Order: sequence, then C-alpha cells, then structure tokens
Amino acid sequence: MKVALFITCYNDTLFPATGKAVVDVLERLGHTVEFPPGQTCCGQMHWNTGYQVEALPLLPRFVSQFEHAEAVVVPSSSCVAMMREHYPMMAERIVAEGGDATLRQRTAALLPRVWEFSEFLTKKLGLTDVGAYYPHRVTYHASCHGLRSLGLGDGPQKLLNAVRGLELVEIANLEQCCGFGGTFAVKNADVSSAMLSEKTRAVLNTGAEECTACDNSCLMHIQGALHRQRTGVMTRHIAEILANTEASEAANDTDGTEVTL
Amino acid sequence: MTAAREEILQKIRSAKGVSSPEVAATAYAGIERSYQSSAQLSRKEILHLFEERLREYDASVYRASAAEVGAAVAGVLSGRGVHRVLVPEGLPLEWQQGAEFVADRGFSSAKLDGFASVMTTATLGIAETGTIVLQNVSGQGRRALTLVPDYHLCILSTNQVVETVVEAMRLLEPTRNLPTTLFSGPSATADIEMTRIKGVHGPRFVDVVLVGEE
Amino acid sequence: MSRVPLDPRTAPAFQTAAKMLLGDAQLRKNVRHATDVIQNKRRKLVEEKHDWQLLRESARQIRAHALQHLDVYLDEFERNFTRAGGVVHWARDAAEAQRIVVALVKESGSSEVIKIKSMTTEEVQLNNALEAAGIRAYETDLAELIIQLGEDQPSHIVVPALHKNRAQIREIFRRTMNLPDLGDKPADLADAARRFLREKFLRVKTAVSGANFLIAETGGICIVESEGNGRMCLTLPETLISVVGIEKVIPRWQDLEPLIQLLPRSATGERMNPYNSLWSGVHPGDGPRAMHVVLLDNGRTNVLADSEGRQTLQCIRCAACQNACPVYRQTGGHAYGSVYAGPIGAILTPQLMHMEHSQTLPYASSLCGACYEVCPVKINIPEVLIHLRNKVVEQNGWYAPESLAMKAVAAVFRSERRFRAAQRLGRIAELPLVKSEKRSFSIVGQKQATKPGWIGWLPGLLGGWTDTRDLQAMPKETFRDWWEKRGKA
Repeated sequence: MKVALFITCYNDTLFPATGKAVVDVLERLGHTVEFPPGQTCCGQMHWNTGYQVEALPLLPRFVSQFEHAEAVVVPSSSCVAMMREHYPMMAERIVAEGGDATLRQRTAALLPRVWEFSEFLTKKLGLTDVGAYYPHRVTYHASCHGLRSLGLGDGPQKLLNAVRGLELVEIANLEQCCGFGGTFAVKNADVSSAMLSEKTRAVLNTGAEECTACDNSCLMHIQGALHRQRTGVMTRHIAEILANTEASEAANDTDGTEVTL
Repeated sequence: MTAAREEILQKIRSAKGVSSPEVAATAYAGIERSYQSSAQLSRKEILHLFEERLREYDASVYRASAAEVGAAVAGVLSGRGVHRVLVPEGLPLEWQQGAEFVADRGFSSAKLDGFASVMTTATLGIAETGTIVLQNVSGQGRRALTLVPDYHLCILSTNQVVETVVEAMRLLEPTRNLPTTLFSGPSATADIEMTRIKGVHGPRFVDVVLVGEE
Repeated sequence: MSRVPLDPRTAPAFQTAAKMLLGDAQLRKNVRHATDVIQNKRRKLVEEKHDWQLLRESARQIRAHALQHLDVYLDEFERNFTRAGGVVHWARDAAEAQRIVVALVKESGSSEVIKIKSMTTEEVQLNNALEAAGIRAYETDLAELIIQLGEDQPSHIVVPALHKNRAQIREIFRRTMNLPDLGDKPADLADAARRFLREKFLRVKTAVSGANFLIAETGGICIVESEGNGRMCLTLPETLISVVGIEKVIPRWQDLEPLIQLLPRSATGERMNPYNSLWSGVHPGDGPRAMHVVLLDNGRTNVLADSEGRQTLQCIRCAACQNACPVYRQTGGHAYGSVYAGPIGAILTPQLMHMEHSQTLPYASSLCGACYEVCPVKINIPEVLIHLRNKVVEQNGWYAPESLAMKAVAAVFRSERRFRAAQRLGRIAELPLVKSEKRSFSIVGQKQATKPGWIGWLPGLLGGWTDTRDLQAMPKETFRDWWEKRGKA
C-alpha cells in the first residue's frame, strides 16, 4: 500500500526519531511511504485554544496535501482526534463563509482514510505482531484522545505484547489524564503539575524502564517531570519500540555513527 | 409577573425559533427509546432479585400466603417490639393483628410524630432496584404517614412486583396524577466522607411482607 | 448565620483560586476520597446496566427535544400545574426570583422556612435575600446544613460538603448545636442533624425547594433525594415554593423512564436513590395547601440562543462530570467561583454570566474527555469548552499578547517555507536556554545517540511549564530535513 505520512508539526520539529521509526515499520511491512512536503500542522493548538479563525486555513491545506493518498498515517492520536472531531464542522464553516464549496465533500471523503499509527497497524492492517524486538520493561500510557476520541482500546497493548523480549507492565489508573492538555499545561500550570505528579508516580510505581504512548505530546510532558526529578526513566513513542528489531539492535551496537536524534 | 412571563417566552422563541404543540408532538414521536423495557427474568428470579435487593438495604423480607398475612404481621411486630401502629384508611382489617392499630384521621404533624410505627400496602415493587412505590390510595394513605414514623412495615403482593423501572413507570402511567413516592430502602445519607448512613429523617427501619403463593 | 456566597462576578481567576486550594492538603485528600468512592460505585452500577448507552442516547434526545420546544412545554406545564391547584411565577433574573420568594414567604405568614438542597436557590443567593427580609432559612440536607452552620460554600452539586471530613464536621456541629460531647462517627453526626432538624420539620409552615424535573403533560414535579428531608419539606408544611430553572421541564411522564435510571447511578452510584417524590399542584388532604413554582431564567435564555452552547442546558445535575474530572479532583469546587463547579460549571457559569465573567473557566480543563464519557445526557463538554474559548479569544481582541503570538504561529503554519524557517529559528532562539548533558539518561539501545540538551527555564507565558518540568531541546535535524537527505542519498 502507498501510505502518506502526516508527521505533525511537533513530531517534525521535536521528535524526528518517531517519524523515522514509522517509516521503518511501514517499509518493513512492505508498504511505500511518501511525505507530501507542503504539510505543516493539523490546527489543533489553535482550535482548542479558541483561535478558530486561525485554525481554519489549515484544513484546506491538509486536504489538498493528502486527498490523493490511499491511506494517511499519523503518529499522534490527538491530531487524528482533532481531524475526526472538528474537520467536518470546520469544512461546514468554511463553506458557509463563502469558501471552497467542494471542501465539505473532499473532507468527508478523506477522513475515513486517516489513521493513527497504531490503529493503522491493528485495525486497517489487522496486525498485532510487526516483528519487533525490544528487551525492556515498559509501561503504556493511554493518551486521552487515543482512549476516548479514537477508541484505541487495547490495540496498542496488543502490539506491545507481541514485541519479543518486551515486558509490558500495567500502569495504575490508566484512563487518567497526565495533565498536558496543550496550552492547559501553561495556562493552568499548577493544576497541570499536580495532575502530572500523580501520573509520574504511577509510572515510577510500575518499575518500568520506559513509558510509551501513541502521543509524543503526553510523553514530552511526562518526560519533562521524570527528567526534572532525575528518575532515569525514559519515554519513547510506540513507533520507536515497534521499529526496533534484533538486526537494528545489533547494528546500533556496532555502528556508532548513525545519529537517531 | 405577566410581563416577566411574556419576556421569558419571547426570549426563548427568539433564541431557538417558535414552536407549536403540533410541531413538538411530531418531533417527540421521533425520540429513540430502544432501552430495555420488558422483563427478562422468570417470575421466580424476579421475586428472588427483589428480596435480595431489599435485604441489601437491610430491610427484612417475610413471605406469607394470603391467609397468613395477619399472623405474619403479628410475628414481625412482636419481633420488633412494636405495640402501637399507625395505619391508613382501607388497610384490610384481617392484617391488623398483634398490636394496637390506629387509623389516620388527618393527624397534625406533631401527632404523627407520636407514632413510632406505620403499616401500609403498596402499589408496586421493582426488583432491579429494590424499590417500592407508594401512592395516595386506600391502604397507603397520604405521604406523611410513611415518612414521620421511624418504622415502616409494608405489605405487598408478589404479583405487584415487576422486574424493571420502565415496566413500573408504564404501569403507573394511568395514575400519574396521584402523589407518588418511590422508596428504595430506609432513608440514607452519604454526605459525610461518602460513608452510607442508614436512616436520617425518613424511616430508619423497613420490613416487607410479600404475599403470594409463588 | 450569614455567609458570603460564591459569586462569579467577584470570584478570582480560576488559576489564582486553584493555586491557593492546591496548597490545602486536607481539602485535596477529602475531595479525592469522596470522588474516588462515588466513581467506583458508579462504575460498577453502570457496567451492570447493559442498555446504558441506549438510555443515555434516549435521555439526550429527550432533553434536547425539550429545549428545542421549550416555549411549548413551559406553557403546557403552567396550564396543567395551575389546573392542579398550583401557582406559577416567572423570574427573569436572580433579583426577581428573590423578590417573588420573599413575598410568597411573607404571604404565607411565616418568618422561617425549611429548605431542600437546591443549587438554583444557591445560584440566586436566596438565603441572603431571605435573611435581609427578616426570614430565617434552615437548610435541611445534611451537607447543606454543614455548609450553612460552617458559614462555608458548596463545592459539589450532589455532595456540597464533600470537601469537609468528619472531624471538621464534628467541630462545626459541636460549636453551632452546642453539643460538646459529640462523637465523630458519621452515624453520630447524622443523628445530631436528625435531632436538630426534627423540631423544625414539625413546626415550620413554609418550605423552599428546587426540583429535578417538571413534567409538562401532568403539571408534575419530581424531586430526587436520599435523606427524607425533602419529603419532610414537601409534605409537612402548608406552603411549598419551588424555584426551578426553565430548562428543567420534560415533556411527558414516560420521559422519566430513562432519566430516573440514569440520575441515581450517575450521581451517587446507587441503583435508585432512597426517595423519588412525584406530584402535581395541590392534593387536598396530602401535603401543602399552597404550592408555587418560580420559573427562573437568569441567563438561561442566553445559553439557549447559542446553538453550540445550548446542550449545556440538557444537564440533570448529577455531578458525574465533577467526580470524573482530573482538574476538579485536584482543586475541589471552590476554585470555580460558582455553585456550579467542575466541567459543567466551566461551561454553564460563563454562559449564565453572558460571558462577562468567569472567562478563565473554559480553560480550566485539559480536554481529556472524561466528563463527556460519564455524562448521562451526553453533553459534549469538551466541544462546548472549545466553543467558549473561541468566544473569550474574540472578546480579548487581536491585540492581546497571546493573540498576537498565536496569530504569528498560525501564519507560520500556513506556509511550508515559513514553517521551515521557524524550525531553524527555533533552534537558534532556544540556544541560550539549553543545558547540554554529557551523561545520557538513556538506559536502553541507541547508546550512541547524541542526546539533545534540556531546557529548565522558559520566559514569560511559557514559564509555567518549567516550574516543574524540563523541556527537551530541539534536535539538530527535523524529520523533513532527514527525509529529503534520504531521498537524495
């Protein structure tokens, strides 16, 4: 299958390793990956903070970049949730305000082909074992958008359980928010920090070496506290775990030139 | 006052458009109601569930045949040490055994407060929630009767027990204009640290006699 | 017994109030405990109800329908309630509601009232108005009594005193009921309240309540409660005055089928609450001889006029969203500066205030969606929060510092060229803030990876982040740079 990657603005800028891992996994599974270069941002930050006018132009940009793709894969639940929950309404609004009348239909046609990375593997491809190897103790954080908006269920855990060598340890209060919430973490920093400290405590209680998730936004938040507290526990996007194999592990051990971050 | 009425209704209409009873009725018919509306358990299971739920509320449940009700009442009252019982008009006389029974004559609140016990029948029982439905009819009386005394003995026929809340609401529809009280166990509060405490202002003790051969 | 009611017009910003409350360890412990208990009970009872989602959908449609035809159903309620011997009054705002109730109490010849817990009367600050008119109000719900005697404020819709623990309640009762030897077992405290209020139930001739539902078809009222204080107030006095928001009307009796199943399971985690009372108007020989309903607008028509915000009025006040909300669970209810706290308060209060106050409340959420998931009438609270944020942004104007920044970022996202330039610029701009680390904290593979540095301090609006968290610095190469190089290789 020809898969178009929507990397998302913050993964592009801050977490390129996640994008590379997505490419690795998809190519390993025999798919062709393309990267429409005009892509930027889904508009979530603006839309959710109340800047709807500013978010609107990002919809036609996304549609024109991706409407010819067979499938669009996005390594971020919250960006996919943004599209599924708000793009139809945004298209309505653009049309109502005299914008491109075709946008309503084009958006509706495109959205069913947009997948969050883990759900693309489990739901679209019907896979749980993608041939990964990762000999570590890992806990999974369910992001709110993945859990509630996309209904990922235990799909990500099934993928992780199929990884050779990986020991998946369950976190307490899985469904509880880490307190990120986009600009919430800045606007309500004190409450956000209080929520975060519960989440990091839950992560530490699992005894895991790493915490993974389908969203780097939550992970950046959790990692921020884990690092500040010098806990030594790392966070890593699920794609990076699934990209790891015995072969890549061996290559990494011998070849010190490749810079992944 | 009329000015306020007109202003509010006008604001409502300009907020969302004018409606009419006909338009509302048509739209109302389209409301989905696909939730469970009929019983799924056998009669035996329904009665078993009803008893179980009542016991969860710490109500004691006794079974009696129609002929045994008086004796059952006398037994329950003597077990509770009750000697004087308030009753509504229309409660079968043959049930009134084992204590002094005083019929309600529209007593004042203060007089009602002088009664520690009340005995009534009921309109319906709901098994899934352990609920008993009281209405202002013969044998059940006005609402204050089953409220002020601290102990309530309720006599209910097994064929008045339904499984679901929905069935009960449908059976109540023809008498929906009567004062109706659904009670589920003794009065309770969880306002202090979410600890459930039985018995605040309504009756603290409830017993039920289920009448029937089932 | 006077106290300062929660008032959105004078309340501090959510962030400010929250910061203070986060420092109250006892309060946070109490709130956490109570919301945990209710949530666990609720979860079990929702799971056993196989038709839960069907009940929710039906209830949503009923409530939305009632709002869509509110003029018809209020008119029908008024007609049927009047025919049943009741009197309907209409109040445009809080002041009018206060005037009506004060006049009715005086007319009833009483200088005291007993009250059933009612958030609507809290909203219109009725007790202060009664007091000013020389009328003494006794709250009879245990939690409201604790609040009243403790000169406190409600912090939760269903369990208004959940921020207090047993020791704190004992102190209040000891002091105000003159019971020096009172124990601190919940049963002792409830018993003290029972004895304190009994005499008032039997003596006071006038009662004030809210209502859970008004039934248009029967002119009926439904009041849902647990302690029996509600039944006392609505059957023993001679006069009953119910203050009810106009949105509380439902079309027909049969609409109770889903609603009275959803409400107790959502609110207190019970299959059914101990008492549901249903009646219409005056029933000779049974209950009050005079029955008044005061229909209150107080900003509700304003909410109704906003087609996206309108669903807020579907609320049946179960507080499940408060119990589920990770923000409320940290701060408790007082931070919201309104009797309506938590997620529902964050959308209801600013709308009732015509968006003139409480503008920080729509931001008091991480948009995690837990509220929407538990809402028994499916109010999409996150969607309404976002909608209200948009209104706040429009109010603040383009010249607000945040707005200028957001507009600049939006311009960046509208062009690939500007986006790439910004990515480069970002790496340069952050340079002075980045502390490089020799030691890698990675304990897994990729040992060779050059770890980027970390940012421990950010300026201005972003400083909240780095109070408790570090921020990973930007990697040297963006994904798109790597992709392009890979294509060329």
